[in-house]
Amino acid sequence: MARHVVASVEEFDKTDRKLVQVKGRPIVVFRLGEEWFAMSNRCPHMGGSLCEGQLISLVEAERPGEVTMSREGEILRCPWHGWEFDIRTGQSRARPAAFRSRQHPVSVVSGAEAESVGNLETFEVRRDGRYVVVEI
Amino acid sequence: MNIETNPQAQDAGGAKVRTGIADCDIHPSPRDFEKEVYPFLETRWQRYIESYGMVQRVGFMGGTQYPKGQPRASRRDSFPPGGGGPGSDLAFMRQQHLDPHNVELGVMIPLRVGQQILNIDLAIAICSAMNDWQIAEWTSQEPRLKGSILTAYQDAGAAVREIERHAGKDDFVQVSMLSRTPEPMGNRMYWPIYEAAAAAGLPVGVHAFGYGGTPVTGGGWPSYYMEDMMAHSQSCQALITSMVFEGVFERIPGFRLVIVEAGIAWLPALAWRLDAIWRKNRGELTAVKRPPSDYIRECIWLTSQPIEEPDTRQHLVDAIDWIGWDRVLYASDYPHWDFDDPQQVLPVKLTRAQRDNFFRDNAFSAYGLSDG
Repeated sequence: MARHVVASVEEFDKTDRKLVQVKGRPIVVFRLGEEWFAMSNRCPHMGGSLCEGQLISLVEAERPGEVTMSREGEILRCPWHGWEFDIRTGQSRARPAAFRSRQHPVSVVSGAEAESVGNLETFEVRRDGRYVVVEI
Repeated sequence: MNIETNPQAQDAGGAKVRTGIADCDIHPSPRDFEKEVYPFLETRWQRYIESYGMVQRVGFMGGTQYPKGQPRASRRDSFPPGGGGPGSDLAFMRQQHLDPHNVELGVMIPLRVGQQILNIDLAIAICSAMNDWQIAEWTSQEPRLKGSILTAYQDAGAAVREIERHAGKDDFVQVSMLSRTPEPMGNRMYWPIYEAAAAAGLPVGVHAFGYGGTPVTGGGWPSYYMEDMMAHSQSCQALITSMVFEGVFERIPGFRLVIVEAGIAWLPALAWRLDAIWRKNRGELTAVKRPPSDYIRECIWLTSQPIEEPDTRQHLVDAIDWIGWDRVLYASDYPHWDFDDPQQVLPVKLTRAQRDNFFRDNAFSAYGLSDG
């Protein structure tokens, strides 16, 4: 797998997500607090653009009427048919074995380290900056 | 022919001539009803709407019986960046749907405005205004898009006048009705509409939904939106049965029917059952000379979306084999949330002829258009 600098951390100051292209592939990067996630932007069901989806909570019910919500913002809901994916595993809630969104490792590196990553042609890297790196 | 759902593939394909697709279910809506539709409504109806609203046969003034799968029943990415509701911005529709999917013929079916309003005179006025609106805002500006003639079909005479007002215009490719009618669709109160459509060379396109005043299933009101959606196959089987056994297809030569957004795989089983019961009990009927499957095979087309998604995808091919590959029309339902992407909708290997039929040629046959 090759590492690619895709964004600076400041680009996430006012948003929790960014759609990037890596080797022509659309990848959506999410920031949840200090955690980062990246996955293919194409929904594995019918190709909906996942970066347009809502981040919702995990909704479960032990029995009818007893609904609990947890893991706020960790379930990504496709903007088309509403397929829900676990942002940590990419597995779909409805059919985890059949539908999984492709996950990519993400890390945040310093400007100095970003220079060694390689894929820098579109980025002006400041040594004191922080950068998001996706592995594909 | 070499149909391509992705025009960008043209670059890779070199010199091959590629042809666009037909999308037989697109939903436009006014961005601003007063600005866009009022110009086609008499002042008295404008004042009426402001004072009394547009009351339908449903308990809610501003919505439907069931909450939809997404807001405005639409893809969350279909809200135009410049404002307005999904399907209200032609430029954005071109950019998001018509251009990237290489749509050569897009059949528009406006929903939720006009049909089945309880005040029948208001329904007639609004259907008429919406037809003028389709020409002014859409078909006159985008030749790829064609409209559907909305009719207040509770009043067949008024519906016939509206069909005749637009007959022969190339802005429209069908007459629009909704599946949940106040009376079963084979009822003779509707026959003049079918005769007028046939005389104009237009099929009647029956889109799922509508408010006939009866529960959405034969067994009453179900609990969930999912059941509301599933009930479309039920109501469309009932309306086809009604039209066959009331003799609509026998009595009205040239009548064509397009069933929109109700699923497809149920049709062969319905035809088998109708044939069996017709053989045994046709003494009860007066005008059904041939086996029901004959009329269905000759006069009915189905749009694909929301297409069945069996785990063994080949089963879908089997179902279309039984229906006939010349009978299923690709539809996206853009901008609605249960949109079927043309590049994903049939993830099975098709022959060139099957692909050409499904994505394009069947639509030209169903709507009686010359192959451009």
